[in-house]
Amino acid sequence: MRSGERTWLFPAPPVIVATGTVVGPDEGEGPLASDYDLVHPDMELQQPSWEKAERLLLEQASDIAVSKAGLKKEQIQFYVGGDLLNQIISSTFAARSFGAPYIGVFGACSTSMESLALASLMVASGAADTVMAGTSSHNCTVEKQFRYPTEYGSQKPPTAQYTVTGAGAAIVAKAGSGPRVTAATIGKVVDLGIKDPFNMGAAMAPAAVDTIQAHLQDTGREPGYYDLIVTGDLAGVGHPIAAEILERNGVPMEQTLFRDCGLMVYDVAKQKVQAGGSGCACSAVVAYGHLLKRMAKGELKRILVVATGALLSPLSYQQGETIPCVAHAVAIEADASLEGKEA
Amino acid sequence: MATKEAQRGAYKPLSMSPKEYKAFAKNREPARSVFKNCVRAFVIGGLVCLIGQGVQQFFMAAFHMNERQAGNPTVAVMILISVILTCLGVYDKIAQWAGAGTAVPVTGFANAMCSAAIEHRSEGLVLGVGANMFKLAGSVIVFGVVAAFFVGIVHWLLGLGG
Repeated sequence: MRSGERTWLFPAPPVIVATGTVVGPDEGEGPLASDYDLVHPDMELQQPSWEKAERLLLEQASDIAVSKAGLKKEQIQFYVGGDLLNQIISSTFAARSFGAPYIGVFGACSTSMESLALASLMVASGAADTVMAGTSSHNCTVEKQFRYPTEYGSQKPPTAQYTVTGAGAAIVAKAGSGPRVTAATIGKVVDLGIKDPFNMGAAMAPAAVDTIQAHLQDTGREPGYYDLIVTGDLAGVGHPIAAEILERNGVPMEQTLFRDCGLMVYDVAKQKVQAGGSGCACSAVVAYGHLLKRMAKGELKRILVVATGALLSPLSYQQGETIPCVAHAVAIEADASLEGKEA
Repeated sequence: MATKEAQRGAYKPLSMSPKEYKAFAKNREPARSVFKNCVRAFVIGGLVCLIGQGVQQFFMAAFHMNERQAGNPTVAVMILISVILTCLGVYDKIAQWAGAGTAVPVTGFANAMCSAAIEHRSEGLVLGVGANMFKLAGSVIVFGVVAAFFVGIVHWLLGLGG
């Protein structure tokens, strides 16, 4: 199953049988609004705290995924999840109400693909038949924990990013119909010395490059194998940097489309989101909502989602530490393309 | 399979040192418009002061106060306006546009305290509001007092009286 240095190639690729995506109002005003299962008109969700609102987003995304898969909660054998809050409380508290055996993971904003990779590995290795991967983020919980109080008046620099309010869950099963997870590449922690927490795109770009190159080398594929290679939340500053380094390193990215979820989730020119979107939910809602819908329509056959995460804490940057980053890549292929490949 | 072998190890590794990368990334940051920010800060900061002046004139005219007497109620009104705008969720939006203009002492200070108090209300009155209210504003007070202490010493040493 392991191919090359750090890629899992799944001989019997697990199927993403259903996904659930829930977002907040800003994402609902974005260009992908029609691709989400549920759009909330406000950030509070009638909850007494931001943290409870985020938890509810994840609970709703999980419930939607389960019902779309035509399953009952009890049939989910394991739940792999994580989020950005201290002690990953959104996903653990959501797991409390969900009830499935739970594995908590933390990869900052790369948690979406980290959890999907692990869920797929569990299914592909026979450790389980049905596993759910889920993650969430909320703009206000993140502002509160990592930056300033939400209503504090400070000017954000143009390199800052706007955390996506939302949650995404995917149910990975041994059999069924839907796109298949054919490979996953686990990222190394890369740190090239960026300290500015308002410039996470630049901090994370080298991690994305490292994982993309590792994936291509481990699988022997060229970028052109994929219709789309999409990074998680490098946004307006980090994504061009990643593209430039890939070009310098001789990776022929021109063979494919190279995009970023943080630039897709909002209308960056119109919405006041500085460089673009970020957060665990950024890659989760774009991949599980928008991209898988496009795959179902046949517009995309093979995609590589490279979710990027900045593994800092408020404590580490206050102590002057640089920002370590990681990126995890998951290859998703439409059912039809697999059949085509066999022929 | 031939392509597979050809591809392995074909790409250059990520070889920049942190120092090189920092310079590389710095060159690719969008420029911050210092001039535009200065103009905006000047206009909004001036506008806040103008409003304050208007409030003070009002107290002087309506309640026959002198300039000194009108000072305290003016500050109270400016704090109130800042807190109301913070609670309505517009102060942060004005600040994103105005930059340093909204950091004018009284209104900016009120916003720093009020926003922290609102944010941590969910953790209770004592450990939430009470403990976090000075989270941002506290350092202003600490360094303000320390600075005042040293200025006071200099003042005394120069024999300026007091």
